[in-house]
Amino acid sequence: MTTKTDLVTPNPWQALKRFTPARIALGRAGMSQSTETHLNFQLAHALARDAVNLPLDFSALANDLNALNVSTQMLSSQASQHAHYLQRPDLGRKLSQASQDELAKQTSADYDAIIVVADGLSSTAIQTHAAPFIALLMPALAAKGYQYPDVCLVKHGRVAIGDAIAAHYSARFCIMLIGERPGLSSPDSMGIYFTYQAKPGVTTDAERNCISNIHGNGLSYSQALIKLIYLLEHAELLAYPVWD
Amino acid sequence: MYKAHIAHIAYQFNDLRTVMAKATPARSGDYLAGIAAESHLERVAAQQVLADVPLKRFLTEALIPYESDEVTRLIIDQHDANAFKPISHLTVGDFRNWLLSEQANSEQLAALAPGLTPEMVAATAKLMRIQDLILVAKKCRVVTRFRNTLGLANRMATRLQPNHPTDDLAGVAASILDGLLYGSGDAVIGINPATDNLQATSRLLIMLAELIERYQIPTQACVLAHVTTTLNAIERNIPVDLVFQSIAGTEHANTSFGINLALLNEAYQAALSLNRGNIGQNCMYFETGQGSALSANAHHGVDQQTIEARAYAVARHFNPLLVNTVVGFIGPEYLYDGKQIIRAGLEDHFCGKLLGLPMGCDICYTNHAEADQDDMDMLLSQFALAGGTFIMGVPGADDVMLNYQSTSFHDALYLRQLLDLRPAPEFEQWLIQHGIFDHNNRLNSGSDIPSIFQPGLQKLMSQHNDN
Repeated sequence: MTTKTDLVTPNPWQALKRFTPARIALGRAGMSQSTETHLNFQLAHALARDAVNLPLDFSALANDLNALNVSTQMLSSQASQHAHYLQRPDLGRKLSQASQDELAKQTSADYDAIIVVADGLSSTAIQTHAAPFIALLMPALAAKGYQYPDVCLVKHGRVAIGDAIAAHYSARFCIMLIGERPGLSSPDSMGIYFTYQAKPGVTTDAERNCISNIHGNGLSYSQALIKLIYLLEHAELLAYPVWD
Repeated sequence: MYKAHIAHIAYQFNDLRTVMAKATPARSGDYLAGIAAESHLERVAAQQVLADVPLKRFLTEALIPYESDEVTRLIIDQHDANAFKPISHLTVGDFRNWLLSEQANSEQLAALAPGLTPEMVAATAKLMRIQDLILVAKKCRVVTRFRNTLGLANRMATRLQPNHPTDDLAGVAASILDGLLYGSGDAVIGINPATDNLQATSRLLIMLAELIERYQIPTQACVLAHVTTTLNAIERNIPVDLVFQSIAGTEHANTSFGINLALLNEAYQAALSLNRGNIGQNCMYFETGQGSALSANAHHGVDQQTIEARAYAVARHFNPLLVNTVVGFIGPEYLYDGKQIIRAGLEDHFCGKLLGLPMGCDICYTNHAEADQDDMDMLLSQFALAGGTFIMGVPGADDVMLNYQSTSFHDALYLRQLLDLRPAPEFEQWLIQHGIFDHNNRLNSGSDIPSIFQPGLQKLMSQHNDN
């Protein structure tokens, strides 16, 4: 009788796995992937798909932030449905009419910074990492004496949607937290895009700074904050070289 | 003006470019560009109009003006009127019929290739079903050589893609060894560097050259850095087998990639001068993919499938060893789901083969596309039936640097079993010689590591990660 261990041919180079996160030395059933390695892959893909497709629970996120004494306001892009959002990045970069009307009601007194949080391509990333990161960010901004309005939460937003919000508030710094396209090994990766003096429709992606790969096995919150503060200070220096 | 009356509706299309766009089977990128058919009926009307367009028309009505685009100039200036003659009297619809007929055999198709333009083959693809795309492409034979022979009948090659998130040499080596022991790597051992600079690229190139030399592997190496990085490496006497570049089908899109035809020619001449191929001098490796021109805002109102075919005119000017359509990498705003990805991969292969190119396909998807492993198996199987030249080999199908899913070493073995597709002959001999494959195109049943690799494995195991 065939034993269960005979059914899968292992690879004797398992020890090489310590050099790479790649899926090496998987072994085989016949010439194909074994049930175990196949299901491991399916698990990773399921996590990534859910990160893209499950809606971000914005009210839970708002509660998390309010508990930190951070006020929030809810905005949305022109992509009304998720499938639309995925196929029309141009609509994800523009505020919906309702959100534009909402902003128009508010005075646009000069602020220094605006913080925008968008679901992007991983709701898991934002649900998990946005509030803990903002908890570190707020004291750092306060220590610099920066003024900022309520944190803007944006449904179905792409990076460039922050430009219109920053311009409305006349904020020099736009700090955008957004869910990154999930990989199999990182379904919950958050990115931070930092844009200085954003101009809607004019600013290009090349003019932004990106701090990428913020998740449990990637960049930590404090590492990300150090990079962000460096960018903030550097932008101020470049902006006022003569007086500094 | 192009007109059709269909189901009591009169359709008018202003120009050939519009007919082409409206006739294209539905895909998200053409909707994003605002040029797709607005109904099924409009699409079929455009297809009927397109079927009646004489092939000659494509030589006089440029979709992107000759004066303003060097890719158009290349297409028109390089067109071989003699090769075109046997079919010059046909319409697009006639040409589809001719391709499906027994008259169109491998020899005829090879002789015809220089007489075809990308627009002619793209137009024909729009009138074809999946089975037509498979049947005709299968008849095309394109053979290229560097250190082995690619594109022979009943063979299919693999690019071993051992990427690592930080270009760690031990990590890359671990994936290469894994791939070789699964029989992967005859098309090329090709690394996408995480960091595109001269130092990182040179380190990887030197490592690959040493590996191929030490184990006498009948294959070629490539680091998929920007062409200017590779040119710098060549100037510093770093060993370069294949020069890589991503290319697109319009001058503006190529400008956004930081290239033009003159730069590609400079790189081609530099690679030729190294004379590193021992049985042939096809020394370029190009990658393409539908949607890249739109993403660079350089599509000129032309549909993404036609622009993709125009990129093949750029490729064939430099006699490449390999051309790879990276079909599902760009994301759902260009190809939304498995259905769109599958069709695009087969269209690209069909167009590339008719134009005389050694077409491979990175059968792949991202996690925000509506696609999964089942969709990849559909394209994988159909691509092999169509006689695809090569596919990717990525450990477990999971590229941990580029964060997308491609095909695994196991996927290639599935096709080898199912369709008895063998690797390139020189590489197959090497696999048999070292006990990796048996004589029946299967992995050897033993689980021992071949003796040739044991010292290298020991050395690797004694190392620490270098990052």
